[in-house]
Amino acid sequence: MNLINTFFNMQVLADSLPQLLWGLVVTLQIGVTSILCGLAGGLFLAIARLYAPAFFKLLIRIYIDIFRSIPLLVLLIVVYYALPFVGIRLSPFLSAVTALSLVSAAYTAEIFRAGIEAIPHGQFEASAALGLSNKDTMIDVILPQAIRIVIPPLTNNCINVMKDTALASVVAMPDLLKQATQAQALSANPTPLIGAAIIYVMLLWPMVAIVARLEKHFARGKR
Amino acid sequence: MSASMSTSSSPSAPSIISIRDLKKAYGTFTVLHGIDLDIAEGEVVCVIGPSGSGKSTLIRCINHLEAFSPDSTITVDGIRVAPGKALAKVRAEVGMVFQSFNLFPHMTVLKNVMLAPMRVRGTTKTEAERKARDLLARVGIAEQAEKYPGQLSGGQQQRVAIARALAMEPRVLLFDEPTSSLDPEMVGEVLDVMRKLAGTGVTMIIVTHEMGFARQVADRVIFMDGGRLVEAGTPARIFDNPAEERTRNFLRAVLNH
Ligand SMILES: Nc1ncnc2c1ncn2[C@@H]1O[C@H](COP(=O)(O)OP(=O)(O)OP(=O)(O)O)[C@@H](O)[C@H]1O
Ligand SMILES: [Mg+2]
Repeated sequence: MNLINTFFNMQVLADSLPQLLWGLVVTLQIGVTSILCGLAGGLFLAIARLYAPAFFKLLIRIYIDIFRSIPLLVLLIVVYYALPFVGIRLSPFLSAVTALSLVSAAYTAEIFRAGIEAIPHGQFEASAALGLSNKDTMIDVILPQAIRIVIPPLTNNCINVMKDTALASVVAMPDLLKQATQAQALSANPTPLIGAAIIYVMLLWPMVAIVARLEKHFARGKR
Repeated sequence: MSASMSTSSSPSAPSIISIRDLKKAYGTFTVLHGIDLDIAEGEVVCVIGPSGSGKSTLIRCINHLEAFSPDSTITVDGIRVAPGKALAKVRAEVGMVFQSFNLFPHMTVLKNVMLAPMRVRGTTKTEAERKARDLLARVGIAEQAEKYPGQLSGGQQQRVAIARALAMEPRVLLFDEPTSSLDPEMVGEVLDVMRKLAGTGVTMIIVTHEMGFARQVADRVIFMDGGRLVEAGTPARIFDNPAEERTRNFLRAVLNH
């Protein structure tokens, strides 16, 4: 009984719920913005890496490797606490979105590259022989085929971005985790943290389940 | 025009493709050792030769699917084949049919044929569809228009690929062993389509191992070996009276089994 009162205190939960839901809204704003920016950036990088001059290809590869190596928390703290020293002062929201997008774009670029490389070379040759431009080749021929391949890993990446939004609480962003820790401090009870954990799971579980189904579906479609 | 060259066609017809000193190397390995060749408008040329002799490489240079030495020149209808803006023009005039079909698997047969005219020529959708259905009827697969390539037999897929190339109304058609990956019973239907095409005035360059077809359809047969154009002539001359030892050996090997 005591345990339930401590960890699942209904009164505390009811009191903190509005605050938690506000936090959820902020988490979704950071997550969705970062996912969209990461997708656009990643697609751009993947295609530029295919067609750009060698020097830019190298730059893109270096970008991708760096942003896949750097711990997100470190990047976020650099963006928020270090950049002001060179005059770049980003709000907590922009800091979080910038850090998440930079990293997500690197991963997304790799996912798209793998998807594009999985398309048989003959598809590029047939398109070229017909006189299609690089742009039309991508839009009409390559990407529609690559999308089947990249959807499961892209969804996985979205899940990771959503999870990583919790790091935004370290730059004073009132996201779900931050709201929960504040509510916990206020009520001297950990129930809001449990509530936040449950909300994270409810948000991401469906996406995890979708990835599993998609992977099974595409694995079957292959043969 | 270099009418004196042994490989040029009858001097009366203007040449639509002109190849001068075509060289191509992969690193230090030379695949084409300087090939000269003129092809007349409407001519049907079959290219034969042993595996690895550079037949595919030769025709893939014509639409610049393979880059070649900058000292070499290829012109198609007066346009120089080189990377850049003019290449789009060349490719619009030069269709290609591959050994492995290379149809777009995510589009219906009809869409496969409609795509390039709409994107490259700016043909309207209605017009592109009308023409696509027309072409599919010409290659004998009108009733497969709504299917996906994966649902067709190899012979049907290759006929779609021919229709797709024809949809651009090319002046030149390149074929790289179009029947080599087909089951034997489907070779005939594809060769039939090509035989009909040969009478329509489109210029055709066909890499093939089908000697009977070459003899029957070609205006000129070209024998390649070791990255060189060894000899060229009418089918009767090449098949019945080859001048070169290497040609004789090759023909003996392929015709005797
Ligand atoms: N990408 C490549 N890298 C290195 N060598 C290559 C490459 N592509 C082709 N070659 C070589 O170039 C030579 C000519 O090849 P090509 O495909 O033109 O021959 P082919 O006459 O078409 O032969 P086949 O009848 O087997 O199709 C071969 O020796 C081949 O090994
Ligand atoms: Mg070949």
